[in-house]
Formats: sequence, structure tokens, C-alpha cells
Amino acid sequence: MRVIPCVEQEMKNRKAASRALLQSVATLALGLGLTACAGPGGHPKDPLEPLNRATFRFNEVADKYVMRPAAQVYDFAPLPVKTGVGNFFGNIGDLWIGANNLLQGKFVDGASDGGRFLVNSTVGLLGVFDIATELGLEKHEEDLGQTLGFWGVGDGPYIVLPFLGSSNLRDSVGLYIDLSVDPVWQVNEVATRNSLSGLRFVNRRAALLGADTTADQAALDKYGYMRSFYMQYRLNQIYDGQPPRVKDPDDEEARVDDAGATLAATAEVPAAPDKKENQE
Amino acid sequence: MKKVASLLAALALGIGIQFNAFADAIAPDALVKSVTDDVITIVRQDKAIQSGDTRKAVELVETKVLPYFDFAHMTRLAVGKDWKQANADQKAVLTNEFKTLLVRTYSNALTQYRNQQIDFKPLKAKPEETDVIVRTEVRQPGAKAVQIDYNLEKQGDNWKVYDVMVAGVSLVTNYRDSFGQEVRSGGIDGLIKSLKDKNKQIDPAVSAKK
Repeated sequence: MRVIPCVEQEMKNRKAASRALLQSVATLALGLGLTACAGPGGHPKDPLEPLNRATFRFNEVADKYVMRPAAQVYDFAPLPVKTGVGNFFGNIGDLWIGANNLLQGKFVDGASDGGRFLVNSTVGLLGVFDIATELGLEKHEEDLGQTLGFWGVGDGPYIVLPFLGSSNLRDSVGLYIDLSVDPVWQVNEVATRNSLSGLRFVNRRAALLGADTTADQAALDKYGYMRSFYMQYRLNQIYDGQPPRVKDPDDEEARVDDAGATLAATAEVPAAPDKKENQE
Repeated sequence: MKKVASLLAALALGIGIQFNAFADAIAPDALVKSVTDDVITIVRQDKAIQSGDTRKAVELVETKVLPYFDFAHMTRLAVGKDWKQANADQKAVLTNEFKTLLVRTYSNALTQYRNQQIDFKPLKAKPEETDVIVRTEVRQPGAKAVQIDYNLEKQGDNWKVYDVMVAGVSLVTNYRDSFGQEVRSGGIDGLIKSLKDKNKQIDPAVSAKK
């Protein structure tokens, strides 16, 4: 029973991404969609839930005792320093972001990313200053997972990666390739590579200080909250901030039910005008 | 006769009051902008909120923001298909508890406000539409802008917010999985209990005493 709505969903996804060029890619998407539906009872996209929950618990502990404290220390640095660090790594990423925009056929965005890299690497002193944004070349966020999603590749089962957190099969494959072309990971000297990676990681983690406690407060079950968050967040990224709006059939039905209930309730009291006056 | 006249007068008065309230029904994007501007002006001047006074932030949200939100609709969206199982009383309790949870959680965001600039995107909707998205962006130096979108629905002549999306993530439907889980294991009452427990746990009045 569970498989059927999933296939329908997958068909819809494929329809929406009718621009899917390669038949093989689309077939892969359908394949991933079906595997993702295998879990009985639980979330249809999370067949690995027990393993994922274990990894999630591990990540929470690692974050509490290592990453978050490190980020808190780093956060004492003056804002211009932190901004410079963020800009530096952002600039390194812009070339691959541009490549992904080109792969998605977004040529204007891709050219703009190339322009950003040229301007910021030179005038912006190796990327420390984001001059390009001030010139009106906006920063984009792209990666291979988004490019695959853009061409209709299904997300596959949800996966929690050790230390890195929420992902899925498609995005994990994308991340693996992202890292294999990442300039920081290409640095030969191990010590330099590790300190650069560490700095980039801590800078990113520090940017989330403040927002991270909101999830703790908001969620009944933080694991489920983060899972749903990731799925919506990635969909939004793939559609560059404007995912298609789907009217919720359950909600439409509930709306009609509730409206009916209100009508029934008001229908019982028309003979009491005095009461109405008092309410005014 | 006199009775009929007074009834008519009362009715007219009632309608008059309503017309006054609705006379300045404003467009959804203008509404979002004016509420946001109002709140930010207050936060800028309020040292207590800036230094993390959650209770004052909650108070501000309750007076300035809540009137423009439709929490019944939000709760219905968050609960999803299980909403039909709930009776009228349970619906009312659920709505109230969910409102408390959202207000307590996200009022905190106001205490983090540090002069970020908010851009309002032009509204892309036809005048006859009754369900629109107002798009905004929060800009801050050295970081990518955060997209915040408000879904509004027209009710009579008024617009009410029924969902807020941060970076594309709905603060409302993000609860659906865990709410569904609670209902599956403990029914609607189980969900109500979990929400009440959660709200006790994050009560600013209690945590302030600690």
C-alpha cells in the first residue's frame, strides 16, 4: 500500500522535472524512490531510521562536547575576522558553484559566479573581502546534489552522516564528488589541509550558534524535526527559493469539515438576538 | 415595535463597528511590512529584549504579532490528516498549545536581532487572489541573506498569516511527522499531553527562576 503513493509522488516529481535529459537519470530516480519506500510503518523516506537515529545521537554528543564549544571559542573573534574567514572559503567555493549553475543551464548565474571569483580573488585580496556582492554580483548556493536534483534525480533514502548530519543518498554522492574537486581537500600538505578544513568547519558551525538552540526548544522529537527540516530545505534550494506550491488535499478536506462544524454551531443560536447584542 | 427598532439599532451599530475595523483593510504585503517595522522599531529601543529577556519578547509578539495569525489554520496544517479525528474541544486545546509552543520558541529570535536589514520583495499576486506569499529577506553583513516567506489567506476583508517559511522550511508543516508519530502512539490526547509537557519545559517564567 505504501509504495503506491510514493510512486505517484515520484511520477509527479518526474513530470515537474520534464526537462530531465537523460533517460538513465530518470530511471535511477525512480529506482531510488522505490528503495526509499521500503520501510514499514516509519517515515517512507527513512528506511534506515534506527541506524540514522544512532548516528544522530552520536553527532549530538560530539557537537555538545567538541564542535559547539570550539565554535563558541571561535565566536569571540572580532566580526571582521569572522566575516573575512567566511568570505575566504566562500570565494574558494564560488568556482564549483558556478560550474554547477552551468550544469543546470543557468548561464547568467554561472557567469556571475565566475565574475565573483575573479573580482574577489584580486580586488578582494584572495577572497577576504566580498567586493563582488557590493558590485551587485549576488552569492549563490549550489552543489552537485542540487544539480542532480535539478535534473530529476530522486533524493533516495534519508541518511545521517557522522559529524556532518542530515543528508540523503543523492546528496551524499554529490557531496563525495563536491569534496573530490574541493580546493581545500586538494592541498597536499596534511597539516595545512587539516587546519583549513577545521577552520572552515568551525566558521560554519559558529554561524549557527543561536539558531541551534531554537531547534532544541521547538522540537518534540529533534531527530524528526531535523529530518523534515532538511527535506524542505533542500527542495527549496533545488528550486532556488521557489518550490512549486502544492495544495494539501488533507487540509482542504479539514477546512471544509471545520467550516461545516462552525455552520452547525451558529445554526443553533439564531433565536437569541439578546445574546448577540451582549457580545458586541 | 420598539423592540424591533432597538434590535435594528443594535445590528446597525454592530455592522458599523465592523465596517470601521475593516475600512482600512490593507494589502497583504503592506500588512507584513507594517507589522515587521513596528516590531523592529520596538526591539531597537528595548534594551531588555536585546539582552535576552524572553518574557518581554513573548509579550511583544502577543500584542503586536498574534492578532494577524490564524492559529487554528496553522494547527490544522501541522496535524495534517489526523485533524479529522479530533473533536471540537481537542481542536481548541491543540490550537492553544501549539500557539504557545510557537510563540515561546520563536519569540527568542527577537532577542537575537542585531540591526539586520529586512528587504520586502514585490508581491506577485493578482488582486482577486485570496492566498498569497509575501517574500522577505533578512540581510546581514558577511552572511548569505535568509529568505523568510509568509503565507497569508484572506478572511473576509482581512489577511491572516497561516504559515511562515524560513529558508524554505515551513515552521508549521515541519511538525507534521512528529505530530503524526504522537497520534499513532497515543492518539490525539497523547499529542496534547506531549505539547503540554513541552510547553512546561520551555516556559520562560519557570526557566527565569532557575
